[in-house]
Amino acid sequence: MLPDLPQAELIELYRIMLTMRRFEEALIVATESGTSVGHFHVYIGQECTGAPALSQLGREDTIFTTHRNHGHVLGRGADPGRVLAEIMGRATGYNGGKGGTLHVTARELGVLPTSAVVGGVVPLATGAAFAAKQRGSDAVCMCFFGDGVLEEGAFYEAINIASLWSLPVIYLCENNSEGAIAGEFPGSTIAARPLTDLPAAFRIPAQAVDGTDAGEVYGAVKKAIQRARAGEGPSFIEARTVRWPGSRPLWPDLLTGETDLAFAWEPARIPQSHGDWHRSQDGLLRFTRELLQSGRIAADEILALDGAVRAKMQEAVRFAIASPYPEAESALAGVFAR
Amino acid sequence: MAAQNFLEAIREGLREEMARDAAVYVIGEDVALGGPFGATKGLAEEFGANRVLNTPISEGAVMGMATGAAALGLRPVVEVMYIDFITLAMDQLVNHAAKLHYMSGGQIRVPLTIRVQGGASGASGAHHSQSLEAWFLHVPGLKVVAPSTPADAKGLLKSAIRDDNPVLFIEHRDLYWSRGDVPQTDAVVPLGVAAVRRTGADATVVAFSKMVGTALEAAETLSETGISVEVIDLRSLCPLDLDTIVASVRKTGRLVVAHEAVEVGGAGAEIAARVQEAAFDYLDAPVTRVAAPFTPVPASPPLEKLFVPGKDRIASAVRSLLGRGAE
Repeated sequence: MLPDLPQAELIELYRIMLTMRRFEEALIVATESGTSVGHFHVYIGQECTGAPALSQLGREDTIFTTHRNHGHVLGRGADPGRVLAEIMGRATGYNGGKGGTLHVTARELGVLPTSAVVGGVVPLATGAAFAAKQRGSDAVCMCFFGDGVLEEGAFYEAINIASLWSLPVIYLCENNSEGAIAGEFPGSTIAARPLTDLPAAFRIPAQAVDGTDAGEVYGAVKKAIQRARAGEGPSFIEARTVRWPGSRPLWPDLLTGETDLAFAWEPARIPQSHGDWHRSQDGLLRFTRELLQSGRIAADEILALDGAVRAKMQEAVRFAIASPYPEAESALAGVFAR
Repeated sequence: MAAQNFLEAIREGLREEMARDAAVYVIGEDVALGGPFGATKGLAEEFGANRVLNTPISEGAVMGMATGAAALGLRPVVEVMYIDFITLAMDQLVNHAAKLHYMSGGQIRVPLTIRVQGGASGASGAHHSQSLEAWFLHVPGLKVVAPSTPADAKGLLKSAIRDDNPVLFIEHRDLYWSRGDVPQTDAVVPLGVAAVRRTGADATVVAFSKMVGTALEAAETLSETGISVEVIDLRSLCPLDLDTIVASVRKTGRLVVAHEAVEVGGAGAEIAARVQEAAFDYLDAPVTRVAAPFTPVPASPPLEKLFVPGKDRIASAVRSLLGRGAE
């Protein structure tokens, strides 16, 4: 379902989802055509979780994320050209090329450093929430991570303290394991069923939602943010999505092609291969269908909006590829803060 | 100046910095009660429970939370009860605290101080006795400090807290009740500056933490037979004051590096390598290390005594460098 939002905000939410999707498609195309980058992880298929969650944060709020950060960073308002430049190791990247895809940081947007060791992000985010509380501010911290984080001990130590100290943190677990491993949810290699039992044992309110249902995500996050701002403590949300078929451990592959939004209004065009993905698993197509059905937007308006987003992504690719690499000597600078 | 023991000096350093800067807070296991040795005693009463926070036995989360809070501008002082327990916080310290400034292209600073205590004493056994400084010297982005006197404990701690980088502040448990004059003013001791504790002409002994006292005892013994030893207290291992070591070696031509950590892969290996690169032509003999054997720390008192390098081993190393052999 759609979040209960005014027209303009719904369209803005859709624009952000399209940005997330078209950015990564452009990145994959760029790498396939020879632009060299390190291995990277994509957010494709999880846009209906990140966009509605991030849209509810304020300027003073912070986010922490993991190796799968592109969507989060863009959802927070980062410049696609500078994100892409960082991924491609260019001097114009947010981190000056020192971080790369796994560690995109945009301090001025409240995008704090990521952890590519994954579990380590949970204590960092919990500490940021502690800092907000210590300062007497009503800022909250949103911590994004995959279900794999629940397999590392850092998670349990940190959520225990967050619960004991009522820290203003929202743990947003994006469980994208279905499709990656056969079987029922959760597909992760953890004995607990369901995953929400784990934070619940620490007396943290925990809710599972369909991560492709923007309205459901929006509502759960809204409640969690209200609780955090009111000083009532942390919340845990498990957003379940199906793993995009093109996900690979290292370099993703555009197995489903560049997303054809017309599949939303012309289902007869959906090809046989990966038909389930297009029909029922891709959150972006689901949101597109819901928008259309609500009568809030027409197909030609969708195509116009998408065209503008794609043009912006092409511009971002040109900017990143045209950007210089950093001076090699810069590798030796900045080990210590002065 | 006032005569204070090492623990009192630490506490004074913490008090002064907490009073000076509201962003400074102390966090760790039992710290609100003073910690096992009383280093933080009275601070919770003075500054309130939100500035001196007891935590669960969760070293990793505490280190990570302090890193996250430091990234947002607070100045946490984490106490890890025994340095041996820091293994549980290595991901947070090594992969996150040490690297966030560099990885973020300078967007993030991590003004984090980590107080740890260690060293072999009191038959504490292999999980409460280690000297692990070498691990952290290997990590770009971490500073490592190991004071030997109460005055330095206070002055270096104040510098560590004001530093915008993670600083591992290593205290030797055996020094906690040693006394010395401590400035009662705002006397900050800069990181990365060694102190010449005794001047001499025949050989240089470089040490840090408790081993400085052992080296001074060895120097005193050797002086009775006419051997003049210069003793350098490094105070900081990173940044390392190589200039002071090299200046001394140019004068004496002989160098012993003494530490309580095991010899293999220890700080002594790094110092020896750097000194031979910087002052090979001035060396009259190979650089010698005096350090612990390659074993876990044993508990039983006579075994523990054999493990910890004593003044006789340092004296013997110096004599052997001078070609006089052991007496």
